[in-house]
Amino acid sequence: MLKLEKVSKIYKTGTFGGKLLPAVVDVSFDVKDREVVSLIGESGSGKSTIGKMILGLISITSGKIDFNGIDVSTLRKKELKKYYYDVQGVFQDPFSSYNPIFKADRIFNIIRKEFFPKMKYAEWKDKINKSLRAVGLNPDQVLNKFPHQLSGGQLQRFLIARALLLDIQFLVADEIISMLDASTRVDVLNLLVELKSRGLSILFITHDLSLGYYISERAIILYRGTIVEMGETDKIYYRPLHPYTKMLMASVPRLDKKWEEVKIELRGKKAETAVGCVYYDRCKATDKKKSCMIKRPELVEAESGHFVACDCYKKVAAKINPIP
Amino acid sequence: MSLKINNLKVYYQTLRGDVKALDGATFSISDGEIMGLAGESGCGKTTLANSIIFLNPPMKYIEGSVKLDGEELPIWDMKKMDKFRFKKISIIPQYAMNALNPTRKIGKMISELLDSKKVNYRKTKPELERRLDLVELTRNVLNMYPIELSGGMKQRMVLVLSTLLDPSLLIADEITSALDVSTQKAVAEMLVEFRDRKFVKCMIVITHDISILYQIADNILVMYAGKLAEKASTKTIIHSPRHPYTKLLISSLPKVGVKSSEKKLTGIPGNTPMLLNPPLGCRFRDRCPLAFSKCTEEPPFIEIEKDHFVACWKEHKKNA
Amino acid sequence: MIEKINIEKQEEIDKVVAAKPKKINEFLYFALRNNKLKIGLAIVLFFLLLTIIGPFLTDYELNTFSVGPLSAPPSSEYWFGTTTFGQDVYTQFVYGLRATFIVGVIGGSLATFLGLIIGFTAGYRGGIIDELLNMLTNIILVIPAFAILLIIAAYLKVRGIVTESILIGFINWTWTARAVRAQTFSLRSREFVDMARISGMKPFKIIFTEIAPNMMSYLLMAFILQFGGAVLFAATLDFIGLGPTQGISLGLMMNYAVLWGALQLGSWWWFIPPGFAIMAIVGSLYIMNVGLDEVFNPKLREF
Repeated sequence: MLKLEKVSKIYKTGTFGGKLLPAVVDVSFDVKDREVVSLIGESGSGKSTIGKMILGLISITSGKIDFNGIDVSTLRKKELKKYYYDVQGVFQDPFSSYNPIFKADRIFNIIRKEFFPKMKYAEWKDKINKSLRAVGLNPDQVLNKFPHQLSGGQLQRFLIARALLLDIQFLVADEIISMLDASTRVDVLNLLVELKSRGLSILFITHDLSLGYYISERAIILYRGTIVEMGETDKIYYRPLHPYTKMLMASVPRLDKKWEEVKIELRGKKAETAVGCVYYDRCKATDKKKSCMIKRPELVEAESGHFVACDCYKKVAAKINPIP
Repeated sequence: MSLKINNLKVYYQTLRGDVKALDGATFSISDGEIMGLAGESGCGKTTLANSIIFLNPPMKYIEGSVKLDGEELPIWDMKKMDKFRFKKISIIPQYAMNALNPTRKIGKMISELLDSKKVNYRKTKPELERRLDLVELTRNVLNMYPIELSGGMKQRMVLVLSTLLDPSLLIADEITSALDVSTQKAVAEMLVEFRDRKFVKCMIVITHDISILYQIADNILVMYAGKLAEKASTKTIIHSPRHPYTKLLISSLPKVGVKSSEKKLTGIPGNTPMLLNPPLGCRFRDRCPLAFSKCTEEPPFIEIEKDHFVACWKEHKKNA
Repeated sequence: MIEKINIEKQEEIDKVVAAKPKKINEFLYFALRNNKLKIGLAIVLFFLLLTIIGPFLTDYELNTFSVGPLSAPPSSEYWFGTTTFGQDVYTQFVYGLRATFIVGVIGGSLATFLGLIIGFTAGYRGGIIDELLNMLTNIILVIPAFAILLIIAAYLKVRGIVTESILIGFINWTWTARAVRAQTFSLRSREFVDMARISGMKPFKIIFTEIAPNMMSYLLMAFILQFGGAVLFAATLDFIGLGPTQGISLGLMMNYAVLWGALQLGSWWWFIPPGFAIMAIVGSLYIMNVGLDEVFNPKLREF
């Protein structure tokens, strides 16, 4: 359904745009029908930038984003609006996604004005109610209220209801539950799972590995704008091959076991390197090749459905954990 | 007992009345203990932390006592508390790392802070440098401006700064939330190290991320809507919680190894009550699947087994 | 049992929610309590009233010469006295006030409008358009206004109030543009603007329906400041002779007063009233502005 081919976003900074700041470099992946793919990365990994490029909010410096055969990066105005019938997004901060001086319903009215101008009011009301019920909200409780009168979880579900009004095929969910309370997170997550079973494809952007595991079949690990590992969730979580992924797995605080006595190399404020492996200065692989410093490793298929961008993964002895 | 809090009540003054943000907290922490304070937004954990050290308007002290090392803290009197702050109690507030003055070099800021507390900077410098080494910051950091440091470095800096005078109690309010996973681990482990080396006698670590508490806390106190729900050792809270809220909370957390296709997690339906006019009795009863008639009366926070406190009638009944 | 508790709880929530004043009422509540706003507004409204009904209280036509004794001090017949030519100062005063308000409205509105358009466009678009508009703003800011006005005065031999207002409008917009641009920049990065974009809204629609309403308080204050600024600027121009060649305004009154010997003759009634009126109007506008700032910004309010 959605395919990114060598997509890059490079910002120009400095006076007169002299310096280059690469946010996303040569990212290629795809999302199939009825699939949830997790895009996992920490701050500065470029995951939000990718989400925004898919939604047409940020321009692409190079590469191609293909949605069912159409090149998204070239769409303008009318065609872009048609694209929004099929693809929508929900963002991280539920309170910032609403214009604070208006009621929350206004987001529905905007959709009506832009996409369904000729629909009769009764039919429209019906459509809203159906959408709200589909996300588990009671129309009487949430309509006609200001954003500050609703909770974070309700606001996020409201936003998903808005996306559903358009009969979308693809949803970009950018950290949509990180600002919610723990007890409401799961409900929104389960909602996404249910929507997937009804035919929606979702790109789930997050920094939380356990969420990625819960909800997606495939995962992509992003570091400093490049994909370092990609593939089926089970294979990545139980047999991580890239040193960064391994470090992530070891540092995530878990509820079933304590942190191992592994010393983690911390990142200081270092300059961005344009050449070589992005993880080079933190990589503790015992057999780091000299070539890693100058040559950026390509994504190779280490095993079926499991890709890694590391020249040394074979040599780095990984403990093979069988999938339980 | 290092810290003893008894029936502490602190409300917020607003145009529409008093918001009962912290309504009767009673617990104690012993020397060498790291207590995790967990709960969702609006449960009162930040109010608790701030009221112990910096109770300023619109917070209003209602009643209750706070005793540190046997000495009563005059938390209602901002001026009198001044001699305790930084020396006996210290806090790392939320977003502390963003609050560093961008126009001051770190070293200058520290010396100004110590001067205001009438501590000699030069005499403290060697200890400061030893601690910087401990958290893996170069000594050169004293000559840098905050903008030159990364998030993790700033957080470690704040950690060193807050504990420089060896306070008896350190309160860490959401210090890991804005950090990368790897830095989170490093900072959390540093907290433990500081306790192990006796720089700090006891700690309250506030966070909404219970998995971090599982890694570093000895005991966990769970709060809900301004009241204490459960307090027990970390192992007990995670593996055998007794309060319905704790049980539902723990079971709603996604863990690696749990897939939606295999086991669906459930959240807690409903919302936290408004604290302007909180419901009578147990504040969790509207959302509690086990609520019964007695719940309209407020359950006391009592010890049902050794070092395990719960505020729930169902659990008291079991023990009775 | 639990359903009953839930219904009770819902009613309780509804009660508290209903008690929350809606945003506009909240502003009115504070506005009515703010003394600076009340006093400033009262003074401006007083002068406005004077402009409207003042001319009806005078029997004389504007600029009729020798209606009375030359350079006579205020009396019951000539409330503000007479000029060196025997004109009634009071008549001049109320017509002059009218001119002052016209300049304020036209000049202030034009300046605000230009500032908004340029500020919004630069702030929303960014990039090269922003750079170009910034350059334009800086150029206008730097060019000495008086030099331009002198040149224009040399070319336009006959100038009216409206011309003067338009010129002032084209000169004064720069600081508004700067401020609007800065606020637009910060609002543009908020997520609700992204939401509007992925709803297919056109950029201009987004600016006026999403961004501008959030800046309403600032826009109101900007207009008030532009109004006051236009009045002051016009008074200065008139006083030094770059003002309109026809009609009368408060500044022109002061100009004529000095030109025709009021200082030597001691005819203070000719230039003190207009000077005082300008000071009162502009001063009250600024005080109103400070009051409005307190109304809109919760942090500045005193309980």
